[in-house]
Amino acid sequence: MFSKEKFQDFLAKLNTGYTPYVLILVHIMIGAIWVYSSPRSNVAFVVFISSLLTLYGLNTNKIFKLSAGLILALVVMPVLGVRNIFYLEIMFQISVFAALSLGLNIVIGFAGLLDLGYVAFYAVGAYLWGFFGSQQFYAIPYAPGIQPSDLPFLLPGDMFYLFIFIAIIVAALTGILLGLPVLRLRGDYLAIVTLGFGEVIRVLANNLDKPWNLTNGPQGITPVQRPTMPQFAVDGFNNFFGGIIGHTVSKADVYNVFFYLLALLVIVTIIQVVSRLNDSKIGRAWTAIREDETAAIAMGIPLVQMKLAAFATGASFAGAMGVLMAASRTFVSPESFSFMQSIGVLTMVILGGTGSIPGVILGAATVTVLNLQILQGFSLYLSQLRQSDAVIPIINFAWKNLSTQLDPAKYQRLLFGAILILMMIFRPAGLIPAARRQRELAADDEE
Amino acid sequence: MKRFSETINVRELLRPIGQMIAFSLGGGAVLSLVVVLLALLLDQTAVGQNLQARYSVSLVTYTLANLPQVLIDGLTIGFVYAAIALGYTMVYGVLEFINFAHSEIFAVGAFVGVEILIALKNAGILSAASLGVAYLILLLALLAGMTASGFLAVAVERIAYRPLRGAPRLVPLISAIGVSFFLQDIIRLVESLTTGQFNRIIPTFGNFDERLIFGQLPLGATTVVLGVQIKSLIVILVAVIMLVGLNYLVNATKIGKAIRAVAQDRPTASLMGIDVNRIISITFLIGGTLGGAAGVLYALKFTRIDPFVGFFPGLKAFTAAVLGGIGNLTGALLGGIVLGLLETFAGAFMSAFTMGAAGAEYKDIFAFGILILVLIFRPNGLMGENVSQKA
Amino acid sequence: MSKRIFALFSLLIAASMLLAACGPAASSTEAPAATTQTIKIATQSPLSGDQSVLGVDIKRGAEMALEQNNAALLALGFKVELTPFDDQANPDTGVANAKQIVSDPAILCGVGHLNSGVMIPSSEEYHNAGLVFVSPGNTNPKITDRGYLEVNRIVGRDDVQGVVGADFANKQGMKSIFIVHDKTAYGQGVAEFFKQEAEKLGMTVTGFEGTEEKANFDSLLTPILASNSDMVFFGGLYPQAGVLFKQAREKGYAGTFMGPDGMDSSALVDIAGPTLLDGGGMVYSTVAGPASVYPGTAKFVADFKAKYNADPQPFSAQSFDSMNICLKAIEEAVKAKGGALPTRTEVANAVRALKDFPGITGTFTFNAIGDPTFASYFVIKVNSADPAKWGENAVIETLSIAPPSK
Repeated sequence: MFSKEKFQDFLAKLNTGYTPYVLILVHIMIGAIWVYSSPRSNVAFVVFISSLLTLYGLNTNKIFKLSAGLILALVVMPVLGVRNIFYLEIMFQISVFAALSLGLNIVIGFAGLLDLGYVAFYAVGAYLWGFFGSQQFYAIPYAPGIQPSDLPFLLPGDMFYLFIFIAIIVAALTGILLGLPVLRLRGDYLAIVTLGFGEVIRVLANNLDKPWNLTNGPQGITPVQRPTMPQFAVDGFNNFFGGIIGHTVSKADVYNVFFYLLALLVIVTIIQVVSRLNDSKIGRAWTAIREDETAAIAMGIPLVQMKLAAFATGASFAGAMGVLMAASRTFVSPESFSFMQSIGVLTMVILGGTGSIPGVILGAATVTVLNLQILQGFSLYLSQLRQSDAVIPIINFAWKNLSTQLDPAKYQRLLFGAILILMMIFRPAGLIPAARRQRELAADDEE
Repeated sequence: MKRFSETINVRELLRPIGQMIAFSLGGGAVLSLVVVLLALLLDQTAVGQNLQARYSVSLVTYTLANLPQVLIDGLTIGFVYAAIALGYTMVYGVLEFINFAHSEIFAVGAFVGVEILIALKNAGILSAASLGVAYLILLLALLAGMTASGFLAVAVERIAYRPLRGAPRLVPLISAIGVSFFLQDIIRLVESLTTGQFNRIIPTFGNFDERLIFGQLPLGATTVVLGVQIKSLIVILVAVIMLVGLNYLVNATKIGKAIRAVAQDRPTASLMGIDVNRIISITFLIGGTLGGAAGVLYALKFTRIDPFVGFFPGLKAFTAAVLGGIGNLTGALLGGIVLGLLETFAGAFMSAFTMGAAGAEYKDIFAFGILILVLIFRPNGLMGENVSQKA
Repeated sequence: MSKRIFALFSLLIAASMLLAACGPAASSTEAPAATTQTIKIATQSPLSGDQSVLGVDIKRGAEMALEQNNAALLALGFKVELTPFDDQANPDTGVANAKQIVSDPAILCGVGHLNSGVMIPSSEEYHNAGLVFVSPGNTNPKITDRGYLEVNRIVGRDDVQGVVGADFANKQGMKSIFIVHDKTAYGQGVAEFFKQEAEKLGMTVTGFEGTEEKANFDSLLTPILASNSDMVFFGGLYPQAGVLFKQAREKGYAGTFMGPDGMDSSALVDIAGPTLLDGGGMVYSTVAGPASVYPGTAKFVADFKAKYNADPQPFSAQSFDSMNICLKAIEEAVKAKGGALPTRTEVANAVRALKDFPGITGTFTFNAIGDPTFASYFVIKVNSADPAKWGENAVIETLSIAPPSK
C-alpha cells in the first residue's frame, strides 16, 4: 500500500477549491458534446451519464449541484434523448427500476425484512391501470383473444394521473394485506412467503381470464391508454429545441420525453420521501427492528405498525411505477412480473448497497445499463466481428471460424452471474455502502 | 454378529421410516377426508349436476374412483420434492443460508446421469442389457450424477460462499443467485458445444416404464386403472434410502455429531477442535450428492431435462423444506409429502369442484397458499423448532 | 474519508464502464468499406434464458437465410449484416432493444419476435420509426389487428390454426375433446380458437385446462382419463407435449393426440417414443409442409443440421422465410430506386408489394394488415418412433384458409 496515501492526497486535492467545479463542468461538456456528435456511441453515453456520478461525488456547493443536475436532467438529456430514443429509454428504465429498488430498499435495507416477491406490487399497479385504462372492462364476457376489437374504453386516458395516486393506495393496501399475516415470520420464512405471494399474483394475472376475463390471461391487455398529449406541447418542444435536435420531433418522441420526465418526477419525490423517512422516528424504528427485533420490542417500538409501514411504503412506490409502466408500454402482460424480475430488483438493491439511497440508485443504473447496453453491445460487437474479415491478432485466428455454438449473445446470464459473484466477494457491502454499514465495517477492521 | 448390531443404532434407522409412514398415511387421510366431504356436500348442487352432464358420473363416484390413484401420484411427487428438499435443508441447517444454486447442482446431476445413459445407448450396451444389468446401469448413472454434483457443490462453496462467511446474510444469497445463473448457462454452453441439443431425453431401457396394475375401478363409461410405475417405486425407494441414510449420518455418527455442533454454534465447535471448514465442505458434499441423486431420479421419472430444469422443482422443494421447517430433516420429508399430495389433489379435483372454471393451473397457488397458511399458525414450519434470531 | 473513497470509486466505475463499453463503441464508429454500403437486418428473439431454445433457432434460421441469399444485394453494391438482439423474453428488454434498433439508420428490416407479449409493445416502436418487421412466430391476432404497415407475419394466426385443428378433428369423427394449453399467449390462443370452433361444430369439449407444469402431469391426467375423450388437443410446444402424451399413454389413454405447429420437431418422438403411435396416434397441424410440396424445407433442415449440429426448432423455418422476405423486399426497393439506398418506408412498402413470394413454409402475399392472404396448413400424422424419420410423417389433410377479415 505504498502509493495509496499519496493517491488519496491527490484525490483530496482534486476535491477542494474550484477544481471540482471545473472537473464537473468539463465532464458534462465532454459527455454532452460527444453524445451529440455521435449519437449512437455507447462509450459517449456512458461517459455522459457517469457525469452524474461526478456531480454527486465531488465536493461542491448545493446550489451548483442542484442547478447543474436540473439542467442535465431537464434540458440536456431530453435533447440528446430525442436524437437517440434508446438513451431516453435507458434513462426511463433506470428511473423505473431505481424507484422499485428504493421501495424494496425500505423493506430490506431499512426494516431488514427479506422480500423475494416484490414485483407483485408492481404488477398490482400495472394491472390496475391496465384494467381501468383499457377496453378490458367491456371484454370481461369474452375469452382471451376472441373479443371484438371495437369495444369502448372504460375511462378517458387522462384519468391516468389520478390512477397514479389510486395505485399508491391500492399497492399500499396490498402490502398491508401481505404484511398482516406474515408479521410473525422471521428471516428466511418471510423470504419464501413473499416469494410465494409474488408467484400467486403472477399466476392470478395469468389465470384470471376464466370464468371472468379480468386480466386477459397470458395474452396481456392492450391497448392501455396514455394521457392525451396536446399538440401545443409537441409544437412547443419543436420550436424550443427543434434547432439543436436537427429533425422534427414526432408525437411519439414527445411521449418518450414525457414519460422520462414523469418517471424522474416520481423518483425525485420518492428520494425525498425515503430520505426524510430514514431520518425520522419511523426510520430509526426500522433500523432498530432490523438490528434486533427483541430489543426493539423491549424499547417500546410498535413492531406491527412499523413492519406494516415498511411493507406499505415499499409497495406504494412499486404501484405508482406500475401505472407509469403500463401507460408507457400501452401493454401489460404477466411476463413482466416473473420471479426473475423480483430477483433482478433484489440484485440492484444489494449490488448498490443495502440501506443506502444513492447506492441503490446506482445499483439500478448499473444493472440496467449492463443488461441493456453493455452486455448487449458486447455481443453485437462480437457478432459483427464474426461477419467481418477480421482476425484475432497474434494467433491469427479468423473470427469467422469461431464455432457457431460460441455465440456471446446467448450467454449474457453467464456473464451477469459471474459479475454478481465477483461483486459479492470483493464488495459485499455494495457499490455505495450505507453510512451505517460503513461504520460497522470500519469497526470490524479495527478488531 | 452381535457386536455389529450393537454398533448400529437401530432406533435411528427405524425412526424416519416410521415417521414417513405416519406422514404419508396422515396427510393422505386428511386430504381424502376433505375431498370426500366436499364431494358429499356438493353432490346434489349445481356442481354435481355439471359433472354429471360432462362425464355422466356423480361427483361422489368421481371422487371415490379417482382417489386411490391420486394418492399414489401425490406421494410419488412428494418423495421427489422431499429428495431435493433434503439438500436445501442440510445446507440451511448448518449455515442458515438458502443455497439458491442447489437447483442447478440438481440439474448438473441430472445431466451427468442422462449423458452417461445416452452414451451407453449409443454404444449399444443399453438395448442389449438384461434386466439385472439395466438396474446396475441405472445405479451407475445415479452414482455418477451424485459424484459430479457432490464435488460441484463443494467447489461452489469453496469459491463463491466461503469468502463471504462473515458478511451480512443477504450477501451469500446474491452470490448464490449468481452461481445459479452461471451454472445454468455453463450447462447450456457445454451441451451446445458437445451435442448441440437443448432438451436431453433419458433413453428407454430396462422395465422402468412398465406399470404395475393393482386393479380397476369403474367410472361411468370408463374405468380408472389403478397402478404405479416401476420408476415411481424406484424414486420412492431411493428417496427413502437417502433419508434414512442421512438421518443416520447426522444423528448417529461422529461426523454427524460434528455437523450438529457446527450448526449449533460455530465458534464453540471450532474451540472444541472441530475443523469448521472441513465440516461445512462435508455438508455441501452431502447436500450436493443428494441433489445429484434427486436429479437423476427426476430425469428417470419425467423423461426430459434441459439446462433450466432445476428451477421449478427447486422452488417447490425449497417451499417443501420451509413448510416442514427448514433445517429439519424430517421436516423436509413431511413438507415434501404434504406439498406433493396437496398439489396433486388440487390439480386432479379442482376442475370437478369448480365446474371447470378453475383447474390444474391453480395448483401452484394451492402450494403457496397452504405454505402461507401453515406459517401463519406455525411460524417455524410444521416441524421447525423455535429458531432464535441471528443477525 | 468516505467521500474520498467514494470519489475514487466513482472514477473507478466510470473507468470500468468506459472499458466495458469500448468494444461496442468501436462498432458504431467503424467506417463502412468505401465501395459497398452496409445494410443491417436485425433479429430479436430470446437468446438467453429458458426460452432461448426457440429464440436461438429463430436467429439461426435468419442467419442461414442471410448467408445463402445475400448475393443479389451484394451484386447491387450492398453488404448485408445481421444484428442479433436478445429480448430475454421480457417486454422491457424488448422495447429497449427496439429503440436501439430503430436508432440505427443502417437497419432497414427486422425479423422477430418469439413472444407476442414482447412483440406488441416493441412493434409500437417499429411503427413509430417506420421500420418493417416480419414475424416468424407471433400468432396472436392482436399483432396485426392494429393495422400497422410495419408489422407483418408469415406464421398463421391463432384464429386460423385453431380452426384448422377443430375442422380436422370434426372430419375425423371425433365426438369429445379435452383441450389442454400451456398458459402462454401462443398455446392458449390456439386452444381458445380450437375450443370455439369445436363447440360450433357440435363436438363436446370435455375439459379446458391450462398448465405451466413441465414435467409432472399426473394430476392433470385425472380429469383427462375420467373424461374418456376421443382426442386430447394440446396448445403449446413439443417439450411439454411430449412428456404429457407419454404419461397419458402410460396411464392408459387410448385416444388421439393433436397439437399445433409447436409440435413440429423430431424431438417430440425422442421424448414420447412409440407412445405416439399407440392408440389413436398423434397428429399436428403445420405450415411447414413436406418435401413433396416445399422442396426447400428438406434442404433447409439438412443445411441447418450441417451448420449447427442440431435439428431446427419450431419457427426456425419461418424465420428463414422472414429473412428471405426482408432481403427480397430490400432488393426490390433498391432496384426501384435505381440502385440507391432505400428508406425504411420504401422497404416496408416493398414487403407489402411482394406477390406470391416462394418460401419454404408457404407462398406469401401479405394482405392490408400484414397477414399472409391465405395459409396452407398440413395436418400430419406421426408415422415412426424413430426421430430420424420425422421428415417421412404422412400428410393426411391439406387445408388452405384465409385469415378472418375484420
